[in-house]
Amino acid sequence: MSFWAYAFMQRALIAGALIGATAGAVGVYVVLRGFSFIGAGIAHAAFGGVAIAVLLGMDPLWGALLFSLLVAWGIVHASRRGHIREEVAIGILFASSMALGVLLLGLVPGYQTDLFGYLFGNILAVGPQDLVASVALTGIVFVGIALFYKEFLLITFDPGMAEAQGFPAGALQGGLLSLVALTVVLSLRVVGAVLVAALLVVPAATAYQFVRNFHRLLLLSAALGVGEVVAGLIISFYLDVPPGPTIVLLSAALFGVALAARRR
Amino acid sequence: MSPVVELSDVWVELGGHPVLEGISLAVDEGEFVSVVGPNGAGKTTLLRVILGLVRPARGDVRVFGTRPWELGRGRARIGYVPQAEGIDPDFPLRVIDVVLMGRYGSLGWIRRPGTADRRAAREALELVGIGDLATRPIGELSGGQRQRAFLARALAAEPRLLLLDEPTTGVDPAASESFYELLRRIQERGVTIVMVTHDIGVVSRYVDKVACINRRLVVHGRPEEVLTDEALAEMYGCAALFFHHGRVPHMVVRRHRTFRRGEGR
Ligand SMILES: Nc1ncnc2c1ncn2[C@@H]1O[C@H](COP(=O)(O)OP(=O)(O)OP(=O)(O)O)[C@@H](O)[C@H]1O
Ligand SMILES: [Mg+2]
Repeated sequence: MSFWAYAFMQRALIAGALIGATAGAVGVYVVLRGFSFIGAGIAHAAFGGVAIAVLLGMDPLWGALLFSLLVAWGIVHASRRGHIREEVAIGILFASSMALGVLLLGLVPGYQTDLFGYLFGNILAVGPQDLVASVALTGIVFVGIALFYKEFLLITFDPGMAEAQGFPAGALQGGLLSLVALTVVLSLRVVGAVLVAALLVVPAATAYQFVRNFHRLLLLSAALGVGEVVAGLIISFYLDVPPGPTIVLLSAALFGVALAARRR
Repeated sequence: MSPVVELSDVWVELGGHPVLEGISLAVDEGEFVSVVGPNGAGKTTLLRVILGLVRPARGDVRVFGTRPWELGRGRARIGYVPQAEGIDPDFPLRVIDVVLMGRYGSLGWIRRPGTADRRAAREALELVGIGDLATRPIGELSGGQRQRAFLARALAAEPRLLLLDEPTTGVDPAASESFYELLRRIQERGVTIVMVTHDIGVVSRYVDKVACINRRLVVHGRPEEVLTDEALAEMYGCAALFFHHGRVPHMVVRRHRTFRRGEGR
């Protein structure tokens, strides 16, 4: 039977395509800032929020959203105070939030922590509700990029110049990291915390092998993201293997090919 | 007429340490002033004060008659060429894209650059003499070419005041000289220029005034008055070192001043 015959596959493919486009585009900023670990950091930090939401009987999505945004702005705040570097702030926040989440979930009687599902995603878990959330989050991210295209480009290329021209550098950094946070939340259920990081880095790095024009880089990276997630999902369906790792290995392989193609 | 930049008894502290102490300095319209001083003297901080990015703990700053952090859109009248520091050489932007960024300040939020902005960017690039490099990736330029590109970025905003922070670091002497010549031509268009430099000897031929700072303002005046052994020794706090070097700029200043007049500029 064809993969399209299953409702869960349809939902997974649509959600996956949205994730691929969003992570691909946002990933360009992440890669150009040299922030490769930020995706992983925010994704793990969101776990603390998930735990609190579960404790309060809310949709974990809200907890993840709140915590990842808090962490995004926390990183900006800590690094702008000049005392610690962004990478260090990520390291501290992500480990403590993750630990908090594990401890809190231990308190819930009879709750079975689906840590594996959180880390590696679960394609079967994409319900109609999640699809609505995916569309909304994707919309916010792309509207954000379209509106503040010039501001985000400036802050990524030359934060000092942005400041000198009167743009609030901290708010712009925070805004950009908020887009990363939204992308992470959007991706958690499908590809999981570990693999979000890959989607935020690999398509952009692959596209970078081919184009050296910022605008085209955004487009190509988003397109690669869509292609890789969709192809990965379909392959995993037929081979009956977990989708998350399939997607990541597929995109890593493509990156390897791109790199080899450029060498020659 | 009030000066373009006016600092009155400006005190700045950063991280609990005094960085500028009681600086009073005025730059008149159309003047070309260079700021010299040893590493850590507070030169970059001084420019950041003029830009409104650092607020003095005491004293007053006026730029175009207004406090710089209250300039708002007027900030677009200030062009800034920052001290060369780690821009990513692999960033996927062409030279013209970087120059266009100089227009962002006057565009404000959300609005995208249009035809007029593109034209201004082009003209700025032509003016600094690298119009032919417009479509090259920014990372492929040599050090001197990149400094010109950053100057073009500052000029694209059509500034009335140009602030430059060690713009010729890593640029060979001949290219530095032609860079200063270029600044002179920009000055002739009525732009006020404040340039931080370590190139004491050479620069004195091009500028109207030199301000020597080492946290305090050591001396401010015409190069031939200012660049004496005593001033340099006081500023750098190391008389022995400048016994040799101190004389060189002094001589160079005189020789070239006469030469320029003879040339009939
Ligand atoms: N953000 C900051 N926080 C704390 N101290 C600072 C900060 N920025 C600069 N300083 C200190 O202020 C002093 C002046 O720095 P500044 O960058 O203005 O020097 P400079 O004259 O431009 O030096 P250089 O020739 O090396 O560029 C230095 O001692 C520096 O350590
Ligand atoms: Mg400096």
